[in-house]
Amino acid sequence: MVQSGNFDLTGMLAMLKAKKEEMGARWIVFDGIDVLLTLLQDPIAEMREIYRIRDWLAENEMSALITAKVEGASSEVLSYGFMQFMVDCVVGLERRLEYGVALHRIEITKYRGSDFVAGEYPVNFGPSGMEVGAPEPTEIRHEASSERLSAGFERLDTMLGGGLFRGSSTLITGVPGTSKTTLAGKFAEAACLRGERTLFVSFDEGSDPIQRNLASVGIHLKPHVKSGLLRMYSGRTESIGAEDHLLKLKSLIREHRPRCMVIDPLSAIAKAGGIDTARAVANRLIYLVKDEKVTVMITAMNEGDDPQAEATELQISTVADTWIHLSYLVRSGERNRALTIIKSRGTWHSNQVRELVLGKAGPALADVYTAGGEVLMGTLRWEKEDEERTKTQQRIAAFDHKRSELEAAEAETRARIKTLQQELDRHAAALALYTGENQARIVSSSEREQELRRIRSADPATRAANGGMRGGGKASRRQRFQKSGELIPGGHNEA
Amino acid sequence: MRRKARKEGKTGPPASALTVMRLYISDNAPNSVQAVANLAAICKEYLEERFTLEVIDVLEEPLRALADGIIVTPSLTKVSPMPAAKIVGNLGEKSDVLIALGIKA
Repeated sequence: MVQSGNFDLTGMLAMLKAKKEEMGARWIVFDGIDVLLTLLQDPIAEMREIYRIRDWLAENEMSALITAKVEGASSEVLSYGFMQFMVDCVVGLERRLEYGVALHRIEITKYRGSDFVAGEYPVNFGPSGMEVGAPEPTEIRHEASSERLSAGFERLDTMLGGGLFRGSSTLITGVPGTSKTTLAGKFAEAACLRGERTLFVSFDEGSDPIQRNLASVGIHLKPHVKSGLLRMYSGRTESIGAEDHLLKLKSLIREHRPRCMVIDPLSAIAKAGGIDTARAVANRLIYLVKDEKVTVMITAMNEGDDPQAEATELQISTVADTWIHLSYLVRSGERNRALTIIKSRGTWHSNQVRELVLGKAGPALADVYTAGGEVLMGTLRWEKEDEERTKTQQRIAAFDHKRSELEAAEAETRARIKTLQQELDRHAAALALYTGENQARIVSSSEREQELRRIRSADPATRAANGGMRGGGKASRRQRFQKSGELIPGGHNEA
Repeated sequence: MRRKARKEGKTGPPASALTVMRLYISDNAPNSVQAVANLAAICKEYLEERFTLEVIDVLEEPLRALADGIIVTPSLTKVSPMPAAKIVGNLGEKSDVLIALGIKA
């Protein structure tokens, strides 16, 4: 087609009017009106023709949907500024690439006579039609249930003060290999065993391998998949944007109507399409799930192993009701899994770190030892347990030993006391005997002496009785001393 | 209003074939009036009598124009000789029209 000189749309509109009358149309779509208008190569002519269309629509009582291309940056929308002025409603559509993933955005910039939500929203096109990432309601209205359900196994429920609340969201974070999927699988199995419809969404790992892997730790999902209670969906993430994932999950929730749901790992949706979109999607997804009163367990990878820092790139830990963190403790040549509950809204929960042990019968939690401010796990825990046992035994043995020692000492002392007592008695007896004999001897000898004196008549009987005269006394005393062989100095001087 | 002009070429070299054209206009809209005048001048100057021109008023025969694939007025189509050509606008750019009609290379 060659263009030579100016043209106008009068002919076209005449043709369209004829067609409209022929078929009784009320609506008309001008798809890509810009293609036609740019041929005019004259902004004023373009404007004139647009007004011609508007008048024609009014005249024929028709409603029109007009699409026009906007080149490049959105500032160039202004090239159709007059058209935006003319029409009653303007809907902007934008497609952009972010990290190799196409993102579609929709924005209503004008709607005469009607309220509308301002701002840019994601829009998606899928087999089930077109879906707009509806803006989140400013006020969150979620019913709070106090019904508890098992998080998977008893000890974890105990740690959570009795289990998870119905309709709550649980976030499990941890570096790769910390058994996030296992915990999520246990939760799903428990839900199925209660007879609740469950949806298991996994990214980057097929549902078959997941079933096989979980069976190795005693979690059997296959029968529930067969019975239709459990729906497993595995999505690829390398080229699909977060918005598309959300769309898919929405339709899955609508189809399967689950009461419990697992998303493993949610962080995978950020793989393609950039983190900002993924964050928004993650939030909307959690709200969507809550709106549907689905109890959800979400796993998320965190690159580092620092639960103090925001654990997920997606920043969903604030939205989640319960946050379980899994980590490794590497010590003495082994790697042990540790489980901590960082938060659990509205319920008491344990503040202790537990060792997560995977066995054939499923995951279990073991008590951990804290020694010198450090947590001991695995072999170190066993060693510590062993050490504790030995210590106790040693303590008991030492006690017994000491007691018998003391008992022996006591017995010995008692024996000694007995011997000494006997000796004492013997001495006492000997003393008594000796004292008695001596008395008897003194008495008998003095009696003999007096008897002798009386017989010799050396002393008057009365003197002897009342002390006698001085001189006589002296003499008798001296006599007595001499007799006993003792010398008194005074006695010499007088002699 | 419908005008049909048919002029049979009588003079000129018989070797050159007959040019068959259709001009779609909308009544007396300025561009349409200009197009009629411009085409008349070109025909007189270059084709003399060796052409057939059918002028179709879209306002009168809208469904025919629609069937012919016409979008805007004025539009000129060359039906023969081949190749067919379509020129939109008031035909003010004479050289472009001559090239499109195959009169001038």
